[in-house]
Amino acid sequence: MTQLALVIDLNVCVGCHACVTSCKEWNTSGWAGPLTDQNPYDADPSGCFFNRVQTYEIGEFPLTETVHFPKSCLHCEDPPCVPVCPTGASYKREEDGIVLVDYDKCIGCKYCSWACPYGARELDEKQKVMKKCTLCVDRLYDETLPESERKPACVLACPTSARLYGDVHDPESDVSVKIREEGGYQLMPEWGTHPANHYLPRRKTRIHIHKDELVRSDNPLEKEKISKLPSSEPTLDDITSW
Amino acid sequence: MRPAFSVIFLTTLIGVGQGLFLALFTGQIYSLAKLLPAQDSRVFYATGSAVALTFLVLGLAASVFHLGRPERAWRSAAKWRSSWLSREVIILPITLFLVFLYGALHYFGYTEPLFVIQGSLPVDPTLIVGVLATISTFLLFLCTGMIYASLRFLQEWHSALTVFNYILLGAASGFMLATAYSALLGIHLVGFYGAWAVVLTLAAFISRMASLMRNRTIKRKSSIQSAIGVRHNRIVQESQGFMGGSFNTREFFHGKSRLMLKWVKHGFIVLTFFVPVVLVGIAYRNSSETLALWAFVVQYIGLLMERWYFFADASHPQNIYYQSIA
Repeated sequence: MTQLALVIDLNVCVGCHACVTSCKEWNTSGWAGPLTDQNPYDADPSGCFFNRVQTYEIGEFPLTETVHFPKSCLHCEDPPCVPVCPTGASYKREEDGIVLVDYDKCIGCKYCSWACPYGARELDEKQKVMKKCTLCVDRLYDETLPESERKPACVLACPTSARLYGDVHDPESDVSVKIREEGGYQLMPEWGTHPANHYLPRRKTRIHIHKDELVRSDNPLEKEKISKLPSSEPTLDDITSW
Repeated sequence: MRPAFSVIFLTTLIGVGQGLFLALFTGQIYSLAKLLPAQDSRVFYATGSAVALTFLVLGLAASVFHLGRPERAWRSAAKWRSSWLSREVIILPITLFLVFLYGALHYFGYTEPLFVIQGSLPVDPTLIVGVLATISTFLLFLCTGMIYASLRFLQEWHSALTVFNYILLGAASGFMLATAYSALLGIHLVGFYGAWAVVLTLAAFISRMASLMRNRTIKRKSSIQSAIGVRHNRIVQESQGFMGGSFNTREFFHGKSRLMLKWVKHGFIVLTFFVPVVLVGIAYRNSSETLALWAFVVQYIGLLMERWYFFADASHPQNIYYQSIA
């Protein structure tokens, strides 16, 4: 079975919000009607978004690190928002695992938003129906688009390739390999929702250099210093023939 | 969570309606068992059912204001296999119909026994419909409670106590109204209904206090660490990603001060549980006609505060993601 999802690499994300604006642009001009805003150019603006980039500070100065954290619907494999929907407007597609809302069936009771621990669902204040990330389902299968563009708008927009897209059920897909080899994890695993979207952690490349590796005992310029080495143990150079 | 007044009125009003019906039918059972004098069908039961029906319909009307698209509300009966909300949508009109039928049977005097069980229990149509409506009423309480209790992320609600509170608070307010109703009619059931109202109010008090105590020491399953998946004791949100408003920052935050929450909590404890019990006691001693009505009114105001607090008290895990604007 296919489960399309995003894998977001927190090691690469620079927090530029290009995915946010690209998502808003595509989805507000798409087949499902606008993602409405209230007072967009006025005091107290408000609006409907599928994707946000948040920023967190980890640690205490001076040992701090900034993490930019893109957040959208995680297309859970066991989505808690779907069974609570009284009308069946919320559903998870059998064929590719995308969680969608049928805007023609939704009654705007907001119960699904209560049932989502991630806050991934928003009420469109104008259309009065629940909306959420569609994984750009209207791009993925659009054969009028060149094949390279049949991806979510956020993925195409990301300048650092922090957003990867693919089938997380196919063990050989790029995203599955990334999850497996780079420590991909899920958000709030304690709720058993099994999010399809994964995050790749911050990774640091450190090289561990021993003192011996910096100082060569056969360097004539350092001969005196070498003799002052505190250790009485034989060095690597003493016992090997280079 | 942000308390929605539509839902506050829905749950409290149908609670009163359901409780009042249960009170009427309890009275009928007692009369049947010759523990109470029989009441007039038309004056007492039919009018009482009409009052209960009014509360149920008002609750239904309040619920419409909660929907973004009320014209599609009929669709919400579809997913009764998985959704407690859908189940409530089905059982509410059934309860309405059965209470209406119960009142109508009394009004048109269908109180002749159809058959007699073991020579001692005469069964008339109102008894059969009354039993069905009682089952339906309890199912409605169960559905209403489970809508909240089934959401495992809202740990304050995810408890059997939520369902008990809905049953006991609804029943208490209904019996309180029945006390007022019989006092206004001038029939001698004030003691009977008053005693039940006090017992149910005290039972609701115990159950609600238990849930308050449970929620005070609740252990959160989610943390900012599990929310973003970083293992560090000190994580601070620097930006939620936007400075304007959004559904996430409106729907899940009550936006009121801790002090106000505290006042509402103390207020509903006094108004829902203590004042009505005292008023009913005085009403019984002085044979007052109107004091029991005041007991009901005070308790209903207390219940509105109780329901407001019920929502405001619940903390949604999504709030972890919205702690700092910039």
